[in-house]
Amino acid sequence: MPQQIPDDAPWSAEDSVGLVEPRTLQFDTALELECGRTLTSYELVYETYGTLNSNASNAVLICHALSGHHHAAGYTSKSDKRPGWWDACIGPGKVIDTNRFFVVSLNNLGGCHGSTGPASINPESGQPWGPDFPMMTVKDWVNSQARLADVLGISRWAAVIGGSMGGMQALQWSIDYPDRLSHAVVIAAAPKLSAQNIAFNEVARQSILTDPNFHGGRYYLHDTYPRQGLILARMVGHITYLSDDAMRMKFGRDLRAGRFHFGFDVEFQVESYLRHQGEVFSRNFDANTYLLMTKALDYFDPAREFDNSLETALAKPECKFLVMSFTSDWRFAPERSREIVNGLVHAGRDVSYAEIDTPKGHDAFLLDIPEYTKLFGAYMHRVANEVENGVNNVEAGDHA
Amino acid sequence: MRDDLQLISDWIPADASLLDLGCGDGTLLAHLQHHKQIRGYGLEINQDNLAACFEKGVNVLEQDLDEGLGNFQNHRFDYVVMTQALQAVLRPDQILNEMLRVGREAIITFPNFGHWRVRAYLGLKGRMPVSSTLPYEWYNTPNIHLCTVQDFETHCRKSNIRILERQVINRRHRSGLLARLWPNLFGEIAIYRVTV
Repeated sequence: MPQQIPDDAPWSAEDSVGLVEPRTLQFDTALELECGRTLTSYELVYETYGTLNSNASNAVLICHALSGHHHAAGYTSKSDKRPGWWDACIGPGKVIDTNRFFVVSLNNLGGCHGSTGPASINPESGQPWGPDFPMMTVKDWVNSQARLADVLGISRWAAVIGGSMGGMQALQWSIDYPDRLSHAVVIAAAPKLSAQNIAFNEVARQSILTDPNFHGGRYYLHDTYPRQGLILARMVGHITYLSDDAMRMKFGRDLRAGRFHFGFDVEFQVESYLRHQGEVFSRNFDANTYLLMTKALDYFDPAREFDNSLETALAKPECKFLVMSFTSDWRFAPERSREIVNGLVHAGRDVSYAEIDTPKGHDAFLLDIPEYTKLFGAYMHRVANEVENGVNNVEAGDHA
Repeated sequence: MRDDLQLISDWIPADASLLDLGCGDGTLLAHLQHHKQIRGYGLEINQDNLAACFEKGVNVLEQDLDEGLGNFQNHRFDYVVMTQALQAVLRPDQILNEMLRVGREAIITFPNFGHWRVRAYLGLKGRMPVSSTLPYEWYNTPNIHLCTVQDFETHCRKSNIRILERQVINRRHRSGLLARLWPNLFGEIAIYRVTV
């Protein structure tokens, strides 16, 4: 007899991709990196949702942000309480409709959720890579993602989509592999980090690097990790993900105990929240990965190899663009998205732009905000229609 | 498609580049893209209109006309079009200059406040005119800078803007003999193609 599914089981909800399982691919062709070093072999962990159509034209790639990973939608087990990080947007009937698209989401190289990274064993030393793991850049990630696409038989993505650092990967895709994507969706991103962005990243890195348990990045051998450093790094990061308004609405000056204690323990709700966020993060994230990802962000600047002209860089893409930003995002403010849009307009590229009015700050891109869902959904609806009408089909064998 | 949009699309040659200010649901751009292979962008601030443009596959940028066109280079476009929005911007004179900076030519349509029915409404009733082309009350109208055919042409003369073509049409979007003879009295919607 089939087992009864409780009505409220989140994994069985109609608009959920349900239970998902990660897969791992081993790559044995050396990957040349921007830093000049080479990864001789590596693994990428990824999840897929939906079904690849017969001519492999309905695939979309999801690129994750700083602390993201391959688990973007659905549940890993029936007891799993929280879905993947972008479940608000990925699922049957959702913005990225898994009834129509084949969705690929991976953990980037250097990550700490299954793909080869600093905590993996360095085949040459037999010990964890730690600080010896090569520095990764957005370009390197895009190259590794292109290889994943090759293995999956996807010569051209219907869309490459990402928020924040994920949006930067989508942008880099459009420049480096112009004939391998039809649409790039760049959300809450920037064409490069500002001095202030880098400054925040540096505070986060210093808090990790100066933690006595960091041991020069070889903390794995000491059976410890820079917990305090990671907590601080995340606390600082988290402030930049929320807006002043969002924090005021969420916490105000609320006190946990209702009165002052005149001490340095947690008193304000916002302190409690930040410490909790930092605490949870420190248990689930590798410090070396955090260092590496923030550096990849700092290095991102696609205009650099085109005489610092964003317009020249953006003359390369052939795809169509959707750029979106959020009014209260001060990490990558709307002006930063407009830099991308203006570069694309000057270069004569097809681009649409929407600025979502919300107090939710940078993290808004992860949320189900009606206006955002409507506009993002309308665009993806058009992408799906194009796929189903064969608008962007390439000749078979183009990328054999 | 609205007749004024049809008229405008007849004026625009194939393969032109175009910026459509206040492009609405993207009807004009979609039509020109499909029939004349034009390349262009619309500017719009209404979310429903943005969504409609996304669905149609029309390039649209969320941008407030009152903040100017500073992000577009000089002569970036062959045509800059603005239909039924001139009267709703903060500074029609400045947007007109901007249109002619980023475009080689500008195409503008606006409701003619000099039409006899508007004059009669104000003259006889003594109240702000409400009609099918001007459907708002005085307190909620977005039309804050209404002008007449004569006002517009006087402004063009003073600002050294050359009028290349003019059409005035009535509420049935037809161009009758009366409207051709006395446009400021019998034209309800004025359509201009101008340059500097």
